[in-house]
Amino acid sequence: MTAALSLVQGDGFEPGASMRRRLAGFVNTLRGAGFAVGHAETADAARLLASPVADRPESLRAALSALFCSRQGDIARFDELFAAFWRGRGMRQAARISASGRSPSPRRFETGPAAENSAMGLPEASPLKGPGDGPADGRGRRGGASAHEALATKDLRKLGGPQEMAAAIALAERLARRMRARLTRRDRLRARGRRLDLRATIRRSIGHGGEPFDLAFRRRKPKPLRLVVLLDASGSMELYTSFFVRFLHAISLSFRQSEAFLFHTRLAHVSSALRERDPTRALDRLALMAQGIGGGTKIGESLAAFNRWHARRVIHSRTCVMILSDGYDTGEPALLDAAMRAIRRRCRRIVWLNPLVGWEGYEPSARGMQAALPHVDLFASAHNIDSLAALEQYLARI
Amino acid sequence: MIPRAAIASQLAEAGYVADRDLSTALWMMDYLSRPLLIEGEAGVGKTEVAKALAKVHDCELIRMQCYEGLDANSALYEWNYQRQLLAIKAREGSGASVNEVEAQIFSESYLMERPLLASIRREKSPVLLVDEIDRSDEEFEAFLLELLSDFQVTIPEFGTISARSIPRVVLTSNGTRELSDALRRRCLYHYLDFPDVDREAAIILLRLPHIDASLALQVARMVGMLRKEDLRKNPGIAETLDWAATLAGLGVEDMRQAPELVHDTLIALLKTQEDRARVTTEVAQRLLGKVA
Repeated sequence: MTAALSLVQGDGFEPGASMRRRLAGFVNTLRGAGFAVGHAETADAARLLASPVADRPESLRAALSALFCSRQGDIARFDELFAAFWRGRGMRQAARISASGRSPSPRRFETGPAAENSAMGLPEASPLKGPGDGPADGRGRRGGASAHEALATKDLRKLGGPQEMAAAIALAERLARRMRARLTRRDRLRARGRRLDLRATIRRSIGHGGEPFDLAFRRRKPKPLRLVVLLDASGSMELYTSFFVRFLHAISLSFRQSEAFLFHTRLAHVSSALRERDPTRALDRLALMAQGIGGGTKIGESLAAFNRWHARRVIHSRTCVMILSDGYDTGEPALLDAAMRAIRRRCRRIVWLNPLVGWEGYEPSARGMQAALPHVDLFASAHNIDSLAALEQYLARI
Repeated sequence: MIPRAAIASQLAEAGYVADRDLSTALWMMDYLSRPLLIEGEAGVGKTEVAKALAKVHDCELIRMQCYEGLDANSALYEWNYQRQLLAIKAREGSGASVNEVEAQIFSESYLMERPLLASIRREKSPVLLVDEIDRSDEEFEAFLLELLSDFQVTIPEFGTISARSIPRVVLTSNGTRELSDALRRRCLYHYLDFPDVDREAAIILLRLPHIDASLALQVARMVGMLRKEDLRKNPGIAETLDWAATLAGLGVEDMRQAPELVHDTLIALLKTQEDRARVTTEVAQRLLGKVA
């Protein structure tokens, strides 16, 4: 390899060991920018440097791009990094590009000091300790049960104090886990021996002189329900958002297949941030991804963006789309109508949870809500834990 | 191995107009012996790449269409059950022992090869096209990954079959499901976009040699503009070719001279009712004004 590398000449590429060092530097830059580059890829890149494609920077770029990129979004980023690193513009710029994807934003999401002081501030990294975790004597338990009861019907806006909040979240997590257990059990029971497995049947029949009376069946593989949650994080939802974000986090961790999105004036795909186990770190990453939260709402536009960029990938035949929003849309109702119709065509069920439904005397009269309602399978309230718990049975039937 | 510079011209001979990045990627497939993963919207000609590649290397194209529920049985090999049953019945009275019968019916002549097994048992390296890998299940993807790294297959009743020749593997994906990182890492990656106007015109001329060059350019421009119209389904290259053939067949030489024909034949491009309603006569007129 060294001999081969030392043959490389021209266009600013130095031969031999220094060339390999530069390649190692480039690989490090790529890794820093989030590219998954393994040893095999690095070795192949070294081979490419020794081949005729390395004669010209343009062909080397095309070759390394095919090797290192693995999705469409990588390509533009790779080109920038390549230009910065190999074309003499120096390391500093490359470092800047690689860091730009992760730079902390000034606007943080419910994690600043102000949020901590407010009643609805999220309990950062507070241990999830429900009332049931109290002393193990009988009185403690009883107290826990009644506290649970009160908590379950309390409006989510009025959940004060980190203690109560943590208990509510623990409840939500239990709920999400229960939903999953229920679903997989149903699948297993239903799928029993529908197709004859010829290969196994013949194999078994040899022992009986070719008489296939010991039949083998194939079972259908259960396909778990996938939950796609779109959470409205606009100003009008502010009082509920912090709880719902935690609920979303619990869902992302406990559902085998789930995708999460936040929207306000635009849409952000936040699944990867929510897969972080530690709630504080998850929220930190979320804050970076969803800037400008708490402003106006463009539900129609956000859903259209969802359809355009994500729906094809995240929705399959057993998908339930859950929208958590109050339906106050500042955009065109016609746009929302079209977006909802498009989602309707793809997925199995649309659930719209509106925290205002639990309010006395609420009518879904907002224009956005009116436009969306015809396409919704289940329109329910989500103003307290009980209303969320009622969902379980609905989801289990899908 | 074909030199990199020659690949583009040989692809053109095989009826495929490739851009520079794609020909580099195809050359690298051979140089690094890695599979190539091609992503892109429906209709950009992903499958055609594999067909053209097979022509360039003058070898067989083995195509495996993926679908939900595709399992190792139907992708790798299957026993010929009917023949096996017959063979068992035929030997019933002959007094052959169970072991003899077993050795007989699990031999090569009862084995039916499916695409993956076929691709490693050819004398000359074929092109293996794994089409729409995103439609298969995650489990199948993992299985495929194993095959792509070892190129050998173990059949429990039969033994291990190792590759006679390593196939050139092309995988395509429409992005209906996120592929695993392991598979992406293993493969070279190329994102195939809709061709620009010049390349699309070149494709039309290559595939429909009798068409007028200026009409080909007009068609390419018109289709290029339609793709920017935010349609529900963007017209693919096959649709472009259909439309160009239609217009040429109707004797159109200059699209601006026959706006009504142009509008009526748009059904070759627009395949949903919504898109059809969207491109009204006025819209078509407006676009026609810009094709000159």
